[in-house]
Amino acid sequence: MSPLLLLILLPLAASLLIMIGANPRRTAIVAALLNLVLSVLLFARYDLHAGGWQFLSEWHVLPNLGINLSLGADGLSMTMLLLSTLVTLSALWVAPKIEKREGLYYVCLLFISAGVIGAFSTLDVLFLYSFHELALIPTFILIGVWGSGDRQAAAWKATIYLGGASFVLLIGIISLYLSLPSGMRTFDLRQLDHLALSGTFHPASWIYLLLLVGFGTLVSLFPFHSWAPPAYACAPTPAAMLHSGVLKKFGLYGLIRICLPLFPEAIQQFNALLVLMLIGNILYIGYVTVAQKRLDWTIGYSSVMHMGYIFLGLASLTVMGINGAALLMFAHGLSVAAAFALCGEIRRRTGTLDYSELGGLGKVTPVLGLLFGFAAMASVGLPGFANFAGEILVFFGATVSSIYGPLMVVAIIIGVWGVVVSAIYMLRAYRHIFWGPIAQRWESLTDIAPTAKWSVILLLVPLMIAGFYPQIILNMVGTILPR
Amino acid sequence: MNTTSLEFAVVGLGILLLLAEAFIDRTNKDYLAYLGAAGLAIILVLSFLPLQGPATGSPDSAFLTSDILSVFFTRFLLVSTIVVLLMTPGYKPVLARYLPAEKEGAGVGEFTILPLFVCAGLMWMVSAIDFIMIFVALELATITLYVLSTYLRQNMASLEAGTKFLILGALSTGFFVYGITWIFGVTGTTNIVSLPQSISLLPESSTLPLLFGVALILVALSFKIGAFPFQFWVPDVYQGAPTPVTAYLSVASKAAGFVVLLRLLVALETVPVLAHKLYAVVTLLAGVTLIFGNLAAIPQTNMKRLLGYSSVAHAGYLLMGVASLGSLMAIPAIGLYFAAYLVMTLLSFVVLMVVAEATGGEEISRFNGLSQRSPLLAGAMLLAMASLAGIPFTAGFVGKFLIFEVALKQGHFGLVAIGCITVAAGFYYYFKVARAMYWQQATEETPIPVSMTIKLLIALLGAGILALGIYPGPVLAALR
Repeated sequence: MSPLLLLILLPLAASLLIMIGANPRRTAIVAALLNLVLSVLLFARYDLHAGGWQFLSEWHVLPNLGINLSLGADGLSMTMLLLSTLVTLSALWVAPKIEKREGLYYVCLLFISAGVIGAFSTLDVLFLYSFHELALIPTFILIGVWGSGDRQAAAWKATIYLGGASFVLLIGIISLYLSLPSGMRTFDLRQLDHLALSGTFHPASWIYLLLLVGFGTLVSLFPFHSWAPPAYACAPTPAAMLHSGVLKKFGLYGLIRICLPLFPEAIQQFNALLVLMLIGNILYIGYVTVAQKRLDWTIGYSSVMHMGYIFLGLASLTVMGINGAALLMFAHGLSVAAAFALCGEIRRRTGTLDYSELGGLGKVTPVLGLLFGFAAMASVGLPGFANFAGEILVFFGATVSSIYGPLMVVAIIIGVWGVVVSAIYMLRAYRHIFWGPIAQRWESLTDIAPTAKWSVILLLVPLMIAGFYPQIILNMVGTILPR
Repeated sequence: MNTTSLEFAVVGLGILLLLAEAFIDRTNKDYLAYLGAAGLAIILVLSFLPLQGPATGSPDSAFLTSDILSVFFTRFLLVSTIVVLLMTPGYKPVLARYLPAEKEGAGVGEFTILPLFVCAGLMWMVSAIDFIMIFVALELATITLYVLSTYLRQNMASLEAGTKFLILGALSTGFFVYGITWIFGVTGTTNIVSLPQSISLLPESSTLPLLFGVALILVALSFKIGAFPFQFWVPDVYQGAPTPVTAYLSVASKAAGFVVLLRLLVALETVPVLAHKLYAVVTLLAGVTLIFGNLAAIPQTNMKRLLGYSSVAHAGYLLMGVASLGSLMAIPAIGLYFAAYLVMTLLSFVVLMVVAEATGGEEISRFNGLSQRSPLLAGAMLLAMASLAGIPFTAGFVGKFLIFEVALKQGHFGLVAIGCITVAAGFYYYFKVARAMYWQQATEETPIPVSMTIKLLIALLGAGILALGIYPGPVLAALR
């Protein structure tokens, strides 16, 4: 059996077992652990010298329409698979006890996990799309049932936005398919790349715009971002971790995978538009983040803001910038998941995330404070974390970019200023929660629960390894681009 | 044996069951449903044998055909009738409540057997290539459906639905006959296949009366398939009619209407003057039907009405496929969409029937907390709703994908843009049901009992949704 198929089927099998009555938490964690081990093994066994797609396998679905379930992974997908399995295990582990309907809770999380793993390991554009959609209903149920705050409005908004955007995306994908000469129509990425490289395939540039809007909405590209912060703030912790950490990277993955090789001209043509939008992400959302009064909203907006840097790497159209973007995808996935895990832990023990009600928690919960400090610093981009390496590469890439024009200069300056802005809101959050005088009602708080502690450490350790030795990830993602 | 014997076999089965009902003295009439379903299953298996179509030159061949379309939809109708028959034992309590009971179980037998005659009528309709034959078949089906939809004699809603359906149905039949006479008057033929040939001999001046006749038929068919602006009977009749009948109406009779529409358009495609105008009208119909069906579904609170408007919305997507008939893939796409529509719509009606019986109402709020009362029913409904909304790995997605593909191929960019917006609206109203089942709390906690027959139906239809969603190849192959 193909190892990648096993990776997809394990969570599905686990959710089936839970549905027929297995112990939900234990089954889910065992499946996630097996998946993590498997993906680490695959990551280690990926042949860097050979490069390209490995672990290939294929099943025919509609061969005369060019639709096949073909699985395979290259360096970028390997990295994203590692990220997915890491965050999945951490997300399933983080909350020790679910008060109501435990089975359904883990089934939903496992479905999201299977969906993202499928999306990152298929070579067929239609299946790439389909696997991503697998998360739509579980997210809706997770936010609606176990969410907090104005959860119903948030769940509706996210569902309609994501559902609508994905149909725009679908139209883009079908148009891409139909712009191939009939007889050669295929959804296979390898053949599409090959046709584009050989110069026989020139899809129209409006298709790129459809894909950019579709994928962009999924990544919360400004101005299509407004679904994301409320959804993350209201979602239960593991859903927020999986969604902001992994699922959101799908849009970026799609842009790198589909748009970069197939639309070299259209990307140049619309690059100014993309740069303008990403400036919106960094500057406008950055300031909006500073204005937040609650931790969950701060982290939610900050995750929207940081997408701007990844887009900057893509927009630079240089090898360095795109490698940096890929590294940043990995790093941001881990750091934002850790931040949401800790945010959930604070909410679970205090019942509030309002800065005006919190303060001085560092005295009673030192370990929680320390871990939050790590996560916050990682998200700001302190050296030592992979986020720093990624951002530096993005900035260097943008600077050496051949389309280096006045707009790019502005974007780089704003990007650097954005680092300062993110330091402002993260340090502010840290001060409001952990420093200052402690209110009497918090004095009896206990420190972080062991499950949450270890699940955050599970995320922070790879983040620091990749921070001190980014070559591990860069060698992998480097295989997708000519050196 | 001949393909035309299949319809006679269904009629024979119906007569046999009527006799059995009359002479077997049992108050529990469930056996009729099981016998009927088994008989239809045998006929379904027979339809897969290498059967001969009507021989050329035989009297049959002027009226009936056995092309891919008729073979596929014959099986489609058999499957949907089997499902509806298996639903009827679960509907007994409602029948007992609203039928004047001189004797226990009175009226249940006929309710179970009548769908067989509808099935025969619709089967003739999908195989017919002559307007007269279509008309006769249509009458057999609709008159039986009038009886069925008004079956709950002591329920005002059912009576109202039946009356509305009767009056509007008769009106649309009038349009149909009037259209046929105009076409016959101009061309001298009622045969759809020989229509283009007769038209090619006509002088230019007769285009207008011909167009008038075709337009009248289009109006009548729009009634049948529930396309805007002739959809207004749909929600009321769907709401009032007995649930198995509603399910049958929304799946089988809509499909037969579409087959006639397809035959007419395929025949007239070779006549450029008409084809151009017809496609313009169908495109327009598709657009307004999509917009109306989806927007009107949004505020619904009654599940049956919601499904009624949703069936209008799906007629819109199907019309989008009909408007793209120029593409070779259009007919396979429409056929697959119908196969998907069958499994997902019937699954939602099966669950609705059980839930309505257990909770005493058909409002969406009756589904509140269903996931706790019966995870099986809630999961089945969620699957049906996901498929209706068009989520990947379900039948509905494959159907929508193929329809959007042919529409884009034929350059219907306006329709596709409308389709994108209406799909987003669809997410909202289908997820409203998911919200009720998963987010809301149930008013009572007692589990809902589910009979073995219903469990079997849910398993079969659910497996159908997933199978079509993951591996649609065989169905598409049957349509090429």
